[in-house]
Amino acid sequence: MDDLLGDFVAETRETLEALSGEIVAWELAPDDRSRLDAIFRFVHTVKGSCGFLDLPRLEKLSHAAEDVLADVRADRRRPDPALVSAVLAVIDRIAELADAIESGRIVADEDDARLIAALEPGAPSPEAEADEAALAEALEAIRIAEEGEEETVSSIVVEAPADRPAAAAAPAGPRAVSRTIRLPVDLLDRMMAGVSDMVLARNELARRLRESGAESNTEVAFERLSHCIAEMRDAITRTRMARVENLFTALPRMVRDVSAELGKLVQLEIDGGDVELDREMIEMIRDPLTHIVRNAIDHGIEPPEARVLAGKPVAGRLHVSARQVGNQILIEVIDDGRGIDADQLVGKAVAAGILGQERAATLSWERKLELIFAPGVSTAREVTAISGRGVGMDVVRANVERIGGLVDIDSRPGQGLRLTLRVPLTLTIIPALTISVGGQHFAIPRSAIDEIVRIGGDAVRMGTLGGADIVFIRGVRVPVVSLGAVLGLEPDGQANLVVLKLSGGARYALAVEAVHDHEELVVKPAAPVVMACGIYGGTTLPDNSRPMLLLDVAGVAEKAGVRRDDQAAVEPAAEEREEELHDKGAVPVLLFRDLDGIERGVPLALVERIEDCFSASVSDSAGRLRLNIDGRLVPLVSCGAPIAEAKVRVLRMRDGNEELAYAIDSVIDIVPVAIELQRSLVPGPVAGVMLVEERPVEFLDAFWLFAQGLGSEPLDGQRPVCLLSDDDPWTRQVLAPLVEGAGYRIIYAPEDGPAADLVIMADGAAGVEQPVEAAAVLRLRRHAEERGASPDSLWRYDRIGLTAELRRHWNKRSA
Amino acid sequence: MNDLYLIVDIAGQRALLPAAFVESVVEIGDIAPVPCAPPHVLGLFALRSRVLTVIDTIAALGGERSGQGEKQAVIVHVDGHLYGVLVDDVDDVVAIDGAPSQFRAPLSAGWARYAKGVLDHEGEPLLLVDVAALIAGPLDMAA
Repeated sequence: MDDLLGDFVAETRETLEALSGEIVAWELAPDDRSRLDAIFRFVHTVKGSCGFLDLPRLEKLSHAAEDVLADVRADRRRPDPALVSAVLAVIDRIAELADAIESGRIVADEDDARLIAALEPGAPSPEAEADEAALAEALEAIRIAEEGEEETVSSIVVEAPADRPAAAAAPAGPRAVSRTIRLPVDLLDRMMAGVSDMVLARNELARRLRESGAESNTEVAFERLSHCIAEMRDAITRTRMARVENLFTALPRMVRDVSAELGKLVQLEIDGGDVELDREMIEMIRDPLTHIVRNAIDHGIEPPEARVLAGKPVAGRLHVSARQVGNQILIEVIDDGRGIDADQLVGKAVAAGILGQERAATLSWERKLELIFAPGVSTAREVTAISGRGVGMDVVRANVERIGGLVDIDSRPGQGLRLTLRVPLTLTIIPALTISVGGQHFAIPRSAIDEIVRIGGDAVRMGTLGGADIVFIRGVRVPVVSLGAVLGLEPDGQANLVVLKLSGGARYALAVEAVHDHEELVVKPAAPVVMACGIYGGTTLPDNSRPMLLLDVAGVAEKAGVRRDDQAAVEPAAEEREEELHDKGAVPVLLFRDLDGIERGVPLALVERIEDCFSASVSDSAGRLRLNIDGRLVPLVSCGAPIAEAKVRVLRMRDGNEELAYAIDSVIDIVPVAIELQRSLVPGPVAGVMLVEERPVEFLDAFWLFAQGLGSEPLDGQRPVCLLSDDDPWTRQVLAPLVEGAGYRIIYAPEDGPAADLVIMADGAAGVEQPVEAAAVLRLRRHAEERGASPDSLWRYDRIGLTAELRRHWNKRSA
Repeated sequence: MNDLYLIVDIAGQRALLPAAFVESVVEIGDIAPVPCAPPHVLGLFALRSRVLTVIDTIAALGGERSGQGEKQAVIVHVDGHLYGVLVDDVDDVVAIDGAPSQFRAPLSAGWARYAKGVLDHEGEPLLLVDVAALIAGPLDMAA
C-alpha cells in the first residue's frame, strides 16, 4: 500500500478513536460548539486528504458532511437528531471505508447516495431512526473499543440492522491488527526520566564498586545489570525517536500543489530523511517547516519568466535537508530564488512602525535580516492565498524557540535564501567528553569533536595571525579559542586542544587544561537564565553527582568571535571551490615570507621539512652557502638577502635524489593553488608571480634552485673539466679545492681525461702549450701588483676574481 | 481568596513566597558555578538526580555575591525548571486572604523589581516576591 494512503488510514482511524467521545457528546448536546468544531475539522481533513489521494467515494461523503456541518456552524441549520444521525452515519461509513482501504476489501457503494441524501433537510425520518438505533449500538461499540477491545469495533458493521444492506453485506473479515500502540508522551517522559535516574544510580554504584574493590562475582553481576540498563535505555530512547522522514513525506505533494497554484516550477530535493529526532520535536517542527517551504515557493522562487530573465534555470530549486550536528538537528531549507532584500525589509519595518528610521540605519545586514522575524513584516508585495498574511516568520520562530531551537537566516539577494532550523537534542543521553579548565569540569558532545591534540606534539604548531591564535595541525590552519578566556576563568596552562566541528564544516580548536573521560551523559535543558549565556547546551549529572554544564560548541565559537555564520555560509561555496580547484590541478603550496620580506610560494611536495638552524652552521664555501645538517653539508640557497638572525628557518627540499635548503624568514600558510604563473623574464630564484588569495605571490623556480644549488655537483661526465697545468703542492692543496668547489672536474695532465674546458696555469709557465684548442686559459700570477706577461692574468689569491672567472666559464660550458 | 504563602527572610527582609511555587526547603552545599552567567546565578546544585539552578537573592538585589558554604534554599518550580532560591531563614507557611495591594512607599531599586505587592499578615506588611522576576534577575535578559 502506498505510504501516503497508509498514513491517511492510520490518521483517520486515530482521529476517529479520539473523536468517538466527541461524537457521543455531540449527540447528547447538538448545540455544543466545540464538539461540532472537532467533528467538522475531522470531516474537513478527510475531505482534504481524499482530494489528493484520489478517493472519490470518501471525498463525496466527507464533502457532503462538511457542507452540512458548515451550515450548522453558520447557524443556517439547527442540528436536529436526524441531522446528527445522518452525520454520524457518514462518519461511520468513513471509518468503514478506511478499514476497507487497508485490508483491500470492497465495500458496496450503492447506499452512499442514501447516506448523503439523509443529510439533506427533511430527509425521511424513519430511516434516520433506524440509523439512530444502529448508531446507539455502534456508539456503544466504540465506547468498548476505547477500552481496547478491537474485535468489537469490527463487529459494529455486523450488528447493524438489516435495513442497511450495504453495511450488513460488508464481511466482518479479520481486520489487520495494528502492531502499534499510542502512548501519551508524558508517560514516555516518565519512563525516560526513570531510566536517566537509573543510569545515574548505576554510575554511582560503579564508582562505589571501584572504590571498595568488589569481588569479581559482584562485578560480573554488575556488568550484567549495566548491560541491561544500557539496552533498556537505548530502547526507551528509541521510543521517543522517529525519522525526520515523517516530516518530509508530505512535502513533495505540498510543493507540487503550491507551485501549481502559483504557476511556478519547483524542483524539490530532500535529503537526510533517516535522521532521527524526538517524536515530539517532529510534531513541533511540522508547522514551521510547512510555512517555510510555502514561503520559499511563494516569495522566494520567481515565476519561470523572471527566472529566465535572471539567467537561472526555469525550475526553481528547493532543497530540504536534515542532519545531525553535534547536539543539534539542523533542518535546512534552501531555495535559489530571489532571496530577501534586507534593505527592503527595513523599509517595510520602518513603514510598519516597528523600527525607527535612525535605528534602522545602524543595523548590520544580519540584524536587518532578523527583521523578517518581527511580527507583521512580510516580504510579499501582495498578499496571496498561500502566505503573506502576516502570520509569518514570527510564528515560525516562536514555535521553534519554544522547543529550544533557533532559526538562522542567510540571504543572498537574487541568489536565494537559506533558512536553518536548529533543534536541540535535549533530554537525551549523549556521549560526551569531559574536560576541565580553571578547576571546573565541562562536557563537550562527542559528536562535535574532530580530534584531540596536545600542544607541543609533532604535527602541531602554534602561531598567531593578526593577533588571533591559530594552530597548524598537520599543515592545516585552525583558529584557537581559549576556553579559559571565554569563560573568564584563570587557565592554568592549557595544554590540550580539542578540535571541534561546527555546522557547515568549519573547525576550531578549543584550548583546555585537561581532557578527562568519555562518558555517557544525560543532558537536560538548563534554566533559561543559564541558557541565556549562549554557551551552554544543557546540564548533566555525572557520576560524581556534581552538576556539570554541557558546552554548546557553536555558542562558544560565537562568543569567542570565531566567525561561525560566515564560515557556515561560505562553506559549501568553499567546498565547491576546492573541488573545482582540484579539478583544475590545484596542488598544496607553501606560502612563506622570504628573507627579503617578499611573500613567496613553493609547491609543498618539494618541501621535505621545515627546520630551524643556527646561522653558525651556515658556511660560505666555494662561492656558495652550505648548511651543516647533522654533519652533512647541504647546499643552501637564498634569495640573496643576508641572514641577519642568529637562527635561520630553512625549507629542506628534495628533487628525488638531491637535497638542498632554502633560507626563509617565516611560513605563512599552506593553500591549494592551481599554479598559473606569469612567468618571470629573467632566470633566477623566482619562476613567476600569481595572485593567491588576492595577494601577489612569487613562486620559487624549483628548477633553477636545484640547478643552482646542485649544478656544481652534477655527474662527473657532465662537469666541465679544468686542467691545472702546474702539478705543485700549492695547486693541489690550495687551488684545486677551490676549483673543484666551483663545480669542475680537475685533471692535472691533458691525457688524464677528456678535453679540458678551462686551463689554469701559472703566469709565465709554458709547460703546456695550448693543450686543447677550444679551451679557455686562465693565468694566475704570483704577486698582486705585478702585471706580468699576460695582461689578463689574475693574482692567485684574488678569490673574487677567480671565482667569478670560474663561474663565468662554468656557465658558458653549461649553457 | 485564601492563599498559602511561605514567610522567608531574604537579605534581611521578611517576604512572602507563593506556596504554589514552593516544592521544599533544603540545605545546599557544593555548588558548581556557571561561568558567564549573570551574577545572581550562583551555580548548579544536584538534588538527587535533578539539577537546581541556585539563585543568589542578595546578588539579585544588587548586593555582594554569596560565598561558598552551606546555605538554605527554597526549591521552586518555574516553567518546568527547578530553582533553589537562597534565603536567610524560613519562618512559616501562612494563609493570607485577599489580593496583594500596591505599596505606597517607594521601594529600593532591587525590591521594586521583585515585589508583586504587599500583603498584611497579623498586622505586619509583607512583600510578596515575584518568583519569576527574581529568577530572571536584575538584568533584562531579553534586551
